[in-house]
Amino acid sequence: MLRRPFFWIIALVIAAFVAAPAIGDDVDLRESLALATVYITLASNLNLMLGYAGYINFGSIVFFGLGGYICVWLVDAHGWSLAPSLFAAGIGVSALAFIFGLGILRLRGPFFALSTIGVVEGVQAFVQNFGPWGGSSGIYISPEVFQPLGGAARALWVIYFALVATMGLSLYLSYAIKISKFGLGLLAIGQNEDAAAILGVPTPRYKAWAYSASAFLPAITGGLYFFKSAFIQPSDAFDLSLSTEALVVAMLGGQGTVTGVALGAYLYEELRGYLLTSEMFSHFQLVIAGVLLLVIVLFFPGGLMGFIYSRFPRTQKVLE
Amino acid sequence: MTAILELDHVSKRFGGLQAVNDLTFAMHEGEILGLIGPNGAGKSTLFNLLNGVFAPDSGRIVFGGIDITGQAPYLVARHGLARTHQIVQPLTNMTVLENCTVGACFGRDNLPLARAHDVAREAAAIAGLDDRLEMLALHLTIAGKKRLELARALAAQPKLLLLDEVLAGLNPTEIEHMIGVIRRIRERGVSILIIEHLMQAIMNLSDRIVVLVSGEKLAEGLPAEVAQNSAVIEAYLGDPKLAAELEGSAQHVS
Repeated sequence: MLRRPFFWIIALVIAAFVAAPAIGDDVDLRESLALATVYITLASNLNLMLGYAGYINFGSIVFFGLGGYICVWLVDAHGWSLAPSLFAAGIGVSALAFIFGLGILRLRGPFFALSTIGVVEGVQAFVQNFGPWGGSSGIYISPEVFQPLGGAARALWVIYFALVATMGLSLYLSYAIKISKFGLGLLAIGQNEDAAAILGVPTPRYKAWAYSASAFLPAITGGLYFFKSAFIQPSDAFDLSLSTEALVVAMLGGQGTVTGVALGAYLYEELRGYLLTSEMFSHFQLVIAGVLLLVIVLFFPGGLMGFIYSRFPRTQKVLE
Repeated sequence: MTAILELDHVSKRFGGLQAVNDLTFAMHEGEILGLIGPNGAGKSTLFNLLNGVFAPDSGRIVFGGIDITGQAPYLVARHGLARTHQIVQPLTNMTVLENCTVGACFGRDNLPLARAHDVAREAAAIAGLDDRLEMLALHLTIAGKKRLELARALAAQPKLLLLDEVLAGLNPTEIEHMIGVIRRIRERGVSILIIEHLMQAIMNLSDRIVVLVSGEKLAEGLPAEVAQNSAVIEAYLGDPKLAAELEGSAQHVS
């Protein structure tokens, strides 16, 4: 893997994310890029199901929200420090996803997609009524938890670097799976699941592993995100529109590609930031997202990368 | 001679239709066994039972000494049973090489990716696709897709190959080439169970023939024996295809 140029391209992207805000101590840029890492992490992991295995998951936000809850709860109620809480969130949500996956992945196409919305609604209803997690009012954590990280100001930098690391791991995970035998099996499932099974791809197990793998890093990102805000409540944690945006982003960039999905997520986040702050378009971003999705589906089914590949075929060898 | 495949009173019913009825036969190792019968005789259903797409309602299927009755398709594939489809099922947006690599990776030997590439290239070459390795499967012609089915199945390095009408829809030159390919595969020690409607081809290729009518075994034996069996001739004259042909010629006269 070290010999492949794409490995170093990912490393460069990570370095840029670390250096850009750190050099000028630019807090505004850091916050904007922090949000971009969240989008890139969510979209890249969603891509494992959408772009590789061909399963549309509207419920990827569940991993993010549950990870947030587990992490915040462990820190707040059990006095755990951040790192083990994040790890526990990742493992816990992945294990849950594996068990869910064995069940709902028996469904295909639109039926699977609908069931993933059911998972979001079900989990949200559960959390709203779950006493230890504060029910519908959620959990607040006191600013004291930032002390072990060197105070609030420094903690925000630590969390930002952790978000960048999670994003980097997401990109490497997508890439490593894509060039592996596991990835080949997933791509075969995405093309024709029945034919893949007849060729010997263990379809139920592969799909469940992919679903579970796609939960791990979003859960950690959710933990970091809600630890950073020191507050979590069900309507933020399980916001279906973020799931939808992740799908748009993946299709915008080119599902099944690593570069395209990351690029799409970054561009979308920048556009969204602009729309949210501009006076004319304030809160217009979902309308724009809808129009974008229509245009992509109708005119550029391969997304941004599909367009780049067809214009510059050589890039296909370098950019995965 | 040891048996590679044994069917023991296998039955399958779909609603009111008895697709396969109490079928018993065995296949020897290294044999080419032809499976013929009119449309709707249950030939393709039988293939689906063998490789686990459907589970039989009753009976047992033993492959290479292992009971595979009702096992999932990917487990059956792992034991060394590969097939082609009557209606081609390419992995459309993947290249010919990738298609074959999937077969090699997840076939009998469960090969790692690097080794699988070599086996896939070899299989593609045998099927005559070595000049189109980087072509997307969806861009292949129908004959190319049929070859891809064969190459992919072959890449799994199977002990038994099920061929479902690989000659249908091909022109005479392509048929000749394909028959040569099938013979070469057998020379590599692979047993072959083949469904085919082209009588001349299947009589020529097969060591033995099993005739299936309405899900039941009507006859079994050497090609020459089967061709002269009066029950078989009668079954084929009852063939709706043949009836249609007769009707067509009658209309032509009027």
